[in-house]
Amino acid sequence: MSTLVLRNVSRTFGGYTAVDNLNLTLQDGELVSLLGPSGCGKTTTLRMIAGFVTPTAGTIELDGEVISSPASSLPPDKRRMSMIFQSYAIWPNMTVAENVGFGLKIRKVGGDEIRRRVDEILDVVQLRGLRDRYPAELSGGQQQRVALARSVVVKPAVLLLDEPLSNLDANLREEMRFEIRRLHDEFGITMVYVTHDQAEAMVTSDRIAVMNKGRIEQIDAPYALYGNPRTRFVAGFIGRTNFLKGQPNGMAVDFGGFSVPADQLPRERAAAGDILVSIRPQCINLLGARPATANGHCLVEGSIERRAYLGEYWDYYVSIPGAPEPLRVTTRPHEVFEVRQPVYIEIDARQMALVA
Amino acid sequence: MSITVTKPIRAVPGAFSGLGQRWRHVDKSSWVWLLAIALLLLLVINPLLRLLVVSFQDANGAFTFANYVSAYSRVRHLEALGNSLLLGVSAATLCVAFGVPMAWALSRTDMPCKGLVWVAILGTFIIPPYLGAVGWILLAGPNAGWLNRLFIALTGAGSGPFNIYSMTGLVMVVACYSFPYMFVFVKSALDMISSEMEEAANILGAGGLRTSLSITLPLVLPAILGAFILVFLEAIALFGSPALLALPGRFHVVTTQLWQFFEFPPRVGVAAAYAMPLLGITVLLFWLQRRITSRKGYVALTGKGGERRMIALGRWKWALLAYCMAVCTLSFFMPMVVICQAALAKAWGRGFSFDNLTLQNLYFTIFENELTRTATLHTFVYAGTASLVAIGLALCIAYIVNRQLVGNRVGNVLAFLTMAPFVIPGIVLAIGFYAAYTQPPLLLYGTSWILILAFVTRFLPIAYSNSNAAIRSIHPELEDAVRILGGTRFTAIRQVVMPLLKRSLAGAFILVFIPATRELSTAIFLYSINTQVLSVLLFDKSDEGNFEMLASIGLVLVFITVALVLVGFRLMGRDFMLRRSAT
Repeated sequence: MSTLVLRNVSRTFGGYTAVDNLNLTLQDGELVSLLGPSGCGKTTTLRMIAGFVTPTAGTIELDGEVISSPASSLPPDKRRMSMIFQSYAIWPNMTVAENVGFGLKIRKVGGDEIRRRVDEILDVVQLRGLRDRYPAELSGGQQQRVALARSVVVKPAVLLLDEPLSNLDANLREEMRFEIRRLHDEFGITMVYVTHDQAEAMVTSDRIAVMNKGRIEQIDAPYALYGNPRTRFVAGFIGRTNFLKGQPNGMAVDFGGFSVPADQLPRERAAAGDILVSIRPQCINLLGARPATANGHCLVEGSIERRAYLGEYWDYYVSIPGAPEPLRVTTRPHEVFEVRQPVYIEIDARQMALVA
Repeated sequence: MSITVTKPIRAVPGAFSGLGQRWRHVDKSSWVWLLAIALLLLLVINPLLRLLVVSFQDANGAFTFANYVSAYSRVRHLEALGNSLLLGVSAATLCVAFGVPMAWALSRTDMPCKGLVWVAILGTFIIPPYLGAVGWILLAGPNAGWLNRLFIALTGAGSGPFNIYSMTGLVMVVACYSFPYMFVFVKSALDMISSEMEEAANILGAGGLRTSLSITLPLVLPAILGAFILVFLEAIALFGSPALLALPGRFHVVTTQLWQFFEFPPRVGVAAAYAMPLLGITVLLFWLQRRITSRKGYVALTGKGGERRMIALGRWKWALLAYCMAVCTLSFFMPMVVICQAALAKAWGRGFSFDNLTLQNLYFTIFENELTRTATLHTFVYAGTASLVAIGLALCIAYIVNRQLVGNRVGNVLAFLTMAPFVIPGIVLAIGFYAAYTQPPLLLYGTSWILILAFVTRFLPIAYSNSNAAIRSIHPELEDAVRILGGTRFTAIRQVVMPLLKRSLAGAFILVFIPATRELSTAIFLYSINTQVLSVLLFDKSDEGNFEMLASIGLVLVFITVALVLVGFRLMGRDFMLRRSAT
């Protein structure tokens, strides 16, 4: 349907830079999330795409037409987009059907056609029976579905979602993630999805753009992003991780307490000088006794410093002689170790990611 | 599940000619906001500016200080200033005595008959102050007043002791019709205090009286002070009651003196110069009042906290009730009884008897008298138009400010200008309007528009605070949703904002309409023979001593108000007029 290009887009409010020289290209039918902590500029970016905010530098293009630039900005109503808001923004003075049919009415679609398409989309979101209810009579999840239906029924060039699930309870949120992905796959709409919840971004997105302080730190598919974070911020924001400082020392890299062969580390940017790597707690093996055979992994002795049982897994902090900080390791629930118990940890250097 | 793909409504344009693109990118709603801002400048800035300018101009428009000299060089004029201050302070003090115990009784105690007291206070609020003054002339006019006649009948004395045409009388009447402000302020402060604060003092050994004096009273003190200042300002800005009571009593206050400057030939420059201290004091005290009531650190202002239990007064509750009823008797029951009697009497002096009863006055006032009929019509049309314009303008400004359609700083200035008339006494505003719109290019004097626009300006703050609250209650995303789905800003306002605001705007309309129907102090300076309203007519007829007719006109005004208040109840709940935000 549509490609969306953000070119060197910035937005300042007074002296504060909310979005800083941002570049992003969405292919036709792609779902990209903007993920980041509050205040990182993700919502401002979304509102610039929608036309509610004008960029102070750079341009936004939709199918080759410049729709936003510092000089002039196409009003939101002429952008052929639609949006799902954090508050849902369901109009309380209109019934479900009126809400959903509103965009079609604006587009001067005929009455019968509106009714048919509204009913179709209400079937899709399983709200057919509630078409004549008022929003006040709906639950939060149902309101969310109305918002979804309302924005999808007009077949927008781009669908924008602003933290759409943040007001739902945990179970419903999980269900709605799949619902959104399903709608995306069914209609193939180009979507921009703003969220601060990494799980939400990973479930729904083709690609995730992690934002921090107005900049995109990294943009990648969920798997690549998790496995190969390129900056400390990205590694820390997506999932739990250990950061290790290493010093290259000939053929090995010394991490204080243990070292790994340099050629096992990811090649890129393995430059001279100190390096920082991230390794996920679940990528480390914890063993009660020295394994019979070495399998090429680095083996380190240590002891359990503290631990927490979270039902789904054990969370251990293992102190290693010579290392500045304990290493965090998670294991399956049945792998029980006592505090102060001596343990062995197995580290696969190929699981390490070099971060800046 | 299949959804047929229809082609997009607007074909995707490849390229745009420069002009076409520009036009597509312009937000077409801008001109409405510009219009609203222009109107605001015309209503608020221009009159004030003209007021200042004419105070320094002589008859030929040359610069002069002569106006200030003639305004302040006469002892008479300075006495009037002193009288106004005396009136303000005394009336406000009396209001503390009237309002605070009633507020405490209704908010904190188990006093019986609260509903009755509440109705009487609302009634007091509904009676136009000048009608109350008329009632008190009937009650305590020298010799003929009912209270004097009663005294003579009881004691056999030659004359009665009461004379309403005196400073004492004026203070009493003004206090009677201002104490509801005190009541509202203090009661809402008391309503915020949790019983637990008092109980905390009790558990530490403080008795009921000690608790009230050392815990409760300090917590409501800012409210009392705030209301004191408000009543003071009301009192010195009042025109009707002083004109009815001080002029026959042969003394002046500032407002009546201003009125004298307007007797033919009008000396607008002198009046403007003389109005400056009134304006100055008002602005200064309002600023002070805001400071006091918005002071941080008083939990009393942070919202309803905890459970509230009523204090059991035992036998004292009857004493408190007696006091409340006494105040209400002064302010409501007695004046209303004599006004109804006068309106329904062939001759009010013949007393309360069946053969004196007639509907002729009311019938004449409502149906036969051309003068009152047109005045009633004017009252409705002007007040209605003014309310609509005020709310329309206030809504525009509130929208501009809240949706940040202009810069933040400009927005603050707009909000300030819209609220500014709140601190301008009606009479000063009228002189400003007179100065601004009696000459070309905007010659409005003598037309109904000058009255309507003056009413708009006077009640713009009420309209604004209500519109502002209403707009704030609407989540901006509700409008964003319309826009992103292809609706313009006007579509969003028409389809979403307006339907959601219907109720609160109807309420705001009533809150503006009620004071607009009874507004005297601006109307009296700006009306002409063809644009009389009821309040002006009532004031004009007070010279003739035809109290049956005065009372009838007054009752018509009261009927109008009561009807509106009942509608307001339905829309906004029982306390909409006696809420603090409404005053």
